[in-house]
Amino acid sequence: MPVTSVRRSVIPGFRVTMAFTLAYLAIIVLIPLVGLPLRTGSMGWSAFWRTVTDPRVIASYRVTLTTSFVAACVNGVFGLLAAWVLVRYSFPGRRIVDAFIDLPFALPTAVAGITLTTLYAPNGWIGRPLAELGIPVAFTPTGITVALIFIGLPFVIRTLQPVIESLNLELEEAAASLGASRWQVIRRVILPYLYPAWLTGFALAFARSIGEYGSVVFISGNMPMRTEISSFLIITKLEQYDYSGATAIAVVMLSISFILLLVINALQGWSSRRVAA
Amino acid sequence: MSAEAGLIVAEPIAATTSIAPSAHGRRLTEPAAVRWTLTLVSLAFLALSLGVPLTAVFVEAFANGVAAYSEAIREPDAFDALKLTLLAASIAVPANLLFGVCASWAIAKFEFPGKQLLTTLIDLPFAISPVISGVVFVLLFGRQGYLGPWIAEHDIKIIFAVPGIVLATIFVSFPFVAREIIPLMQASGTDEEEAARVLGASGLNIFFRVTLPNIKWGVVYGVVLCTARAIGEFGAVAVVSGHIRGLTNTLPLHVEILYNEYKFQAAFAVASLLTFIALVTLVLKTIAERRTHHH
Repeated sequence: MPVTSVRRSVIPGFRVTMAFTLAYLAIIVLIPLVGLPLRTGSMGWSAFWRTVTDPRVIASYRVTLTTSFVAACVNGVFGLLAAWVLVRYSFPGRRIVDAFIDLPFALPTAVAGITLTTLYAPNGWIGRPLAELGIPVAFTPTGITVALIFIGLPFVIRTLQPVIESLNLELEEAAASLGASRWQVIRRVILPYLYPAWLTGFALAFARSIGEYGSVVFISGNMPMRTEISSFLIITKLEQYDYSGATAIAVVMLSISFILLLVINALQGWSSRRVAA
Repeated sequence: MSAEAGLIVAEPIAATTSIAPSAHGRRLTEPAAVRWTLTLVSLAFLALSLGVPLTAVFVEAFANGVAAYSEAIREPDAFDALKLTLLAASIAVPANLLFGVCASWAIAKFEFPGKQLLTTLIDLPFAISPVISGVVFVLLFGRQGYLGPWIAEHDIKIIFAVPGIVLATIFVSFPFVAREIIPLMQASGTDEEEAARVLGASGLNIFFRVTLPNIKWGVVYGVVLCTARAIGEFGAVAVVSGHIRGLTNTLPLHVEILYNEYKFQAAFAVASLLTFIALVTLVLKTIAERRTHHH
């Protein structure tokens, strides 16, 4: 009796679960998504190109991408530091701090948005001292960056933590016993090992920031050409019943997200190969 | 602990290279001053980014006293928003739970071509930004949408109405349960289910008696994340809602309206309810995480 065919047939329920899975996936996700390329297709190439290269739209990409990039960089630096501290050092309250790292995932983005705006407004707890130093935050690109730092914070830490835990201590000992200083061990042994996961976390934070809306709209002030993000521009177009314009920008943003997703998948593959090796 | 254990292993090598063991111990971690600095810098960063905003929500919510707070959260519009939020979540979460269980059963217990593609498609809503998730439904059901004329003829309202909010909520919280339990079901294999089948158990019996005990904390984890997203979703719901008070306002949208009307204290009072739900989510998530690690 061939074992493989028994394996396939003995457990019941394949047909019914598979049928439900495919039907639900099609109705909720796939069929609605088809509208995006269809609508863009019916626009014609020149109208599409004119919409997505309009100066105000270009400015929105610039604002979205630069603030997302800066926020991901800040999270890259402090996320690495925090992940290292949380895994390697012990201090009172470590487990509580660790649980709070996921706050930005759990907190509704609108709540984050109004809270950060209030904190960083010119009369806010943090905004007032900064304004006195001549650094306005709310309603400037800096404010958008602050919101995106909050939103992206868990990605770098959560991606790095398991990899730091999996670091082979013997490797560090071997390097140390061969006379390497701690700094050399960190630079030559630890950081190269963490590098793929670090980049993955950075890319995840960056990807999330590009599509972010709720935490940003309040603090950004939404000034065209200056602090208007692409997601906000899509909503503006929709409110003017310019469905084609909204869709065209959405397709550009979605393409950027998918390219990032491919990059992230490649990075994750690299990271897991490195950990397995 | 592991660093001390490591010392014993490293000692013979230390003897041959004539490095004093004490120097050794120091090299397996950073000097105390560095450790302290790094810890304090990270904690300061986390306090500034997470602790201060969390505190600010509650301080602002109670800025005008307890009476103003309770008035803001008992206001009829806030109550209607709460009802709609709970309605959307109570449809989205069970639907996505059922989907997650079916999808993971099919993917984890059977071999079929295109499995990798199916897993990728399930994750798709994660890659789509909230606003675009809302746009997708406007393109389908909106006034100029593909099904717009048909819907208008039959006097059905989806966009700027409750069905649109429910659909958008289902869409954004779609993958949470499935992606948590697929790997768990794959890890527990098929041997136990096969044995139960051979002994004559029915499909549902196998699932509830054999499979579920192995994955139950994963299910809890997925449901918690799914619920948090369903309750807190803003961008997608903002696109399809039309912000009709008492009708199509969810709690996060109600927070936005209050804030834009400069009713800051009321906005933060409602926001504090959502923050409280977020804190409960964190607690449940931490518990579920510890349980899945122990299994």
